[in-house]
Amino acid sequence: MKLIILDHYSQASEWAAKYIRNRIIQFNPGPEKYFTLGLPTGLPRDHPESYHSFMWNNFFKHIDIHPENTHILDGNAVDLQAECDAFEEKIKAAGGIELFVGGIGPDGHIAFNEPGSSLVSRTRVKTLAMDTILANARFFDGELTKVPTMALTVGVGTVMDAREVMILITGAHKAFALYKAIEEGVNHMWTVSAFQQHPRTVFVCDEDATLELKVKTVKYFKAPPQVNRKGCIYATNFGMQPRWQANAHTSAQSNGSS
Amino acid sequence: MRGGQGAAEARVLQFTNCRILRGGKLLREDLWVRGGRILDPEKLFFEERRVADERRDCGGRILAPGFIDVQINGGFGVDFSQATEDVGSGVALVARRILSHGVTSFCPTLVTSPPEVYHKVVPQIPVKSGGPHGAGVLGLHLEGPFISREKRGAHPEAHLRSFEANAFQDLLATYGPLDNVRIVTLAPELGHSHEVIRELTTRGICVSLGHSVADLRAAEDAVWSGATFITHLFNAMLPFHHRDPGIVGLLTSDRLPAGRCIFYGMIADGTHTNPAALRIAHRAHPQGLVLVTDAIPALGLGNGRHTLGQQEVEVDGLTAYVAGCSVESALEAASLHPAQLLGLEKSKGTLDFGADAGEGASQGYWAAWPYL
Repeated sequence: MKLIILDHYSQASEWAAKYIRNRIIQFNPGPEKYFTLGLPTGLPRDHPESYHSFMWNNFFKHIDIHPENTHILDGNAVDLQAECDAFEEKIKAAGGIELFVGGIGPDGHIAFNEPGSSLVSRTRVKTLAMDTILANARFFDGELTKVPTMALTVGVGTVMDAREVMILITGAHKAFALYKAIEEGVNHMWTVSAFQQHPRTVFVCDEDATLELKVKTVKYFKAPPQVNRKGCIYATNFGMQPRWQANAHTSAQSNGSS
Repeated sequence: MRGGQGAAEARVLQFTNCRILRGGKLLREDLWVRGGRILDPEKLFFEERRVADERRDCGGRILAPGFIDVQINGGFGVDFSQATEDVGSGVALVARRILSHGVTSFCPTLVTSPPEVYHKVVPQIPVKSGGPHGAGVLGLHLEGPFISREKRGAHPEAHLRSFEANAFQDLLATYGPLDNVRIVTLAPELGHSHEVIRELTTRGICVSLGHSVADLRAAEDAVWSGATFITHLFNAMLPFHHRDPGIVGLLTSDRLPAGRCIFYGMIADGTHTNPAALRIAHRAHPQGLVLVTDAIPALGLGNGRHTLGQQEVEVDGLTAYVAGCSVESALEAASLHPAQLLGLEKSKGTLDFGADAGEGASQGYWAAWPYL
């Protein structure tokens, strides 16, 4: 595991964005070679705050991706399980997920894999936990009755199959979940903990998210270069490389191992 | 958006690297156009799964809706109030030339003229869609002859009229058939004006108050009868007085019909109105400001003698001026507000999805105006 600790939310966001960008450039995708970026699912299509609008405004409209290469789970499909199964097939057909980017819920869930989800689950329909419903209420004018209680989500197992997993955790309200995810055991009550068994994960967080971690853990990952290069190299060199110097990262890459 | 196979097959045009006026703000967004309409790119992406067929880089400029000029008497040597044999080609010339100034729709304006002129000219200027050939004609603006003697301005005294007992019939006798007419400017203090205003409003013609000595009360009554516009605010009307603001008082009157927005034309050249006065009006009622040129046939020509209806005009030096409000406000005053005045805001004066987008017009002026 790599734990990247930045001072503020904006720095954590920027680091993560540059990391993704550099990974894509380094991968050098082409018509026969897809870089499959996995992202967690969201709200139904017709909602004004819908996931489609969110993805369009925050991502798709800024890049040159072809619509044919975007796949969003359709919460309005007639046969929801078939929709989920088809999604799994599409991932396989594209060569598997290269990099999965997700956040963590206050209850330690990844995507909508609520506490109690199987750690080998696949894409499926999931009932949402109260924590998640409360967190989503802001998209529905604070009206709890309007918040959907079910969602389609990629499974923990689906994400575990990705070649790399990046989790973004910011804010003090996520601190306890981060602690449970990385300092305690693998537990289906805190589904993010499953990634302790993944060969290549990056946790990107801000200072506030580390509030429940042991000082020892934080110091290890924030260590100055001469003591432990692992965290620092990724924090200062690899992530922040400007685009045209992407090739200069190879020294960091050869250093890195999970 | 127009439905059907034709529209779906049409090329999708994407303007990038630009700022567009949307929702009263200048946003860094791309503008998508297909088949003469502004397109919602999100629908195109998720439902049709298509990308743009052609991309055009706007070099960081502002993309504004085409301007709408509701008061323009002619230009480039053409005088709309002259009863020539070929009025149509004069209108077409002006329509073509104003395109490069960013105007995509206009209301050719006729000043006070004898009935013979109206009977000859009005039928020759039909409503016409714009395109690469020139700006669209939205309808005529007839300014006068039913205006005040004291405030006639440049209008010829000999041809002024008032309403007789059969008011609306008088108007019809003067103008002829009203099919091509969009706006009529009149003075509401004239007798029988209210029945005329009501008749015109029922026929969908916008009534504007101007060249008048009406006090605020008379002006408010005229608005209740249906008037929605003020012709070149401050000019050719009683000056603002703190005990009787006159027509100018309509901007802040609390005695107007609920929900009604009164629009007012302003000639923002720094000469017709002192910029400070312009700013007072704008701050009092920003949503109603409509920029007009009130251009005369001498527009685009040099110094010298030109006609303006039945008069002669000498041009000696030209001035232009920057309005002094935010860019977004200025752009809206020249495009959105005149569209709202004429009830066209769903299709014109806006870059919202579904609005008209003249394809040919994308050449010159759309990528324009770092500031007004």
